[in-house]
Amino acid sequence: MLAKRIIPCLDVRDGRVVKGTRFINLKDAGDPVERAEFYNREGADEIVFLDITASFEKRRAIVEVVEKTADAVFIPLTVGGGIDTVEFMQELLQSGADKVSLNTAILKNPGLIQAGAERFGNQCIVVAIDARRVNQSAPADNLQWEVYSHGGRYPTGRDAIEWAIEAERLGAGEILLTSMDADGTLDGYDTALLAAITGAVGIPVIASGGAGTLEHLYQALTVGKAHAVLAASILHYGTYSIKDIKNYLAAKGLPVRPINN
Amino acid sequence: MSSLVIIDSECANLNSIYKAARKVALEPVISDNPHIISSAPAIIFPGVGSFAHAASLLSKKKLTEALLEAIARGKPFLGICLGMQLLFSKSEETSLSRLNEPSEGLNAVPGEVRRFPAGLPIPHVGWNRVDPVFEHPLFAGINDGAYFYFTHSYYARPEHKDNLLGLTEYGFSFTSAVISGNLYGVQFHPEKSGPAGLRLLSNFGKIIADQL
Repeated sequence: MLAKRIIPCLDVRDGRVVKGTRFINLKDAGDPVERAEFYNREGADEIVFLDITASFEKRRAIVEVVEKTADAVFIPLTVGGGIDTVEFMQELLQSGADKVSLNTAILKNPGLIQAGAERFGNQCIVVAIDARRVNQSAPADNLQWEVYSHGGRYPTGRDAIEWAIEAERLGAGEILLTSMDADGTLDGYDTALLAAITGAVGIPVIASGGAGTLEHLYQALTVGKAHAVLAASILHYGTYSIKDIKNYLAAKGLPVRPINN
Repeated sequence: MSSLVIIDSECANLNSIYKAARKVALEPVISDNPHIISSAPAIIFPGVGSFAHAASLLSKKKLTEALLEAIARGKPFLGICLGMQLLFSKSEETSLSRLNEPSEGLNAVPGEVRRFPAGLPIPHVGWNRVDPVFEHPLFAGINDGAYFYFTHSYYARPEHKDNLLGLTEYGFSFTSAVISGNLYGVQFHPEKSGPAGLRLLSNFGKIIADQL
């Protein structure tokens, strides 16, 4: 049976990890390679790097990070952030990334999903969607979510469910779905958003944004029917370990990959 | 001379396989030279992407014959993911230009490759269990039912039970590892399957060493 995946997400700027306080046992908690190795040892099922480097000139740094991580960590590696050409996708994949996560660029140019999928295969293409509720007080049976671009800064006018369906049609292999309402709150994932998207597409959906407790992760995987959960704060700030998460989910009957597989 | 050639199938995960092989002390070379391939002491045949594209690339690079020759010589041969599927006779995964014809594979393992039926999420992405159907050195030291990383939309159906090496559940039981003499194929990605995957690659290295 397919295991539910637990995926740590590391924000990387100029080749350095920007979040996390618990890593007293690491020589350099800001080193993305060392942090990826740490989570790999802890039993992470994949690693996601989100490159938030602002300047175009410093974008080379992430390629080097990917190259070094792939020398040390033998689990799937996804890279997102500022990817806007097939050439850059190829560079990241050749450096050792297994998947690229596309977001802002494909909102302007959805054809980039298709171009990437045709060149590298659907399994390489993750479409990241940042969605926000249109009307916070809408009744539960009439919810709508709008897609935002540029890391959640600008509304695009696109409906999140329609965009997810379109992304699948164009060749996305997975959807990485972030609720901007829930992100950073630690109050739980937007399970209504997750359920709406997982019900609308046939490709796996990774839940992101809002995890504060182990029960939140369980809810995303059951009520939201997500296939994987992305976790940042609860891991980086040491609230829970990957072992805690997997033990909790396994005790509640969900399939997870044991840490000493 | 290197004892192991990784076929340059121009796929995205070529470097990952190279790195993982190096990690388990193998010394692979990456090549698309038919002469090197046909006389290689051992081969890893990786692949991701579409069956038809890969099959036409093999024929364009004149690798089809070289691969068949290496297989006929009985050298240790490991197909990974699409590299395993290409060992089969044909696939339902059609090319855009030949929509109604099944794509032809190397036909080293009789059988065909089919798309997963609708209902479950496709592609089948993530960690799933592999149960070897009999004890084999390729799975030495790996627990029965250990998890490996998969990402694929099509699965292989060998015609003969003798070719079955491993099974995985995804709505139904499908073939996740095949064998035919010294020829092996795995649907999952050992190079991305953590310690279990590295162990499998190291086991393949032992199989190679035992035959040199």
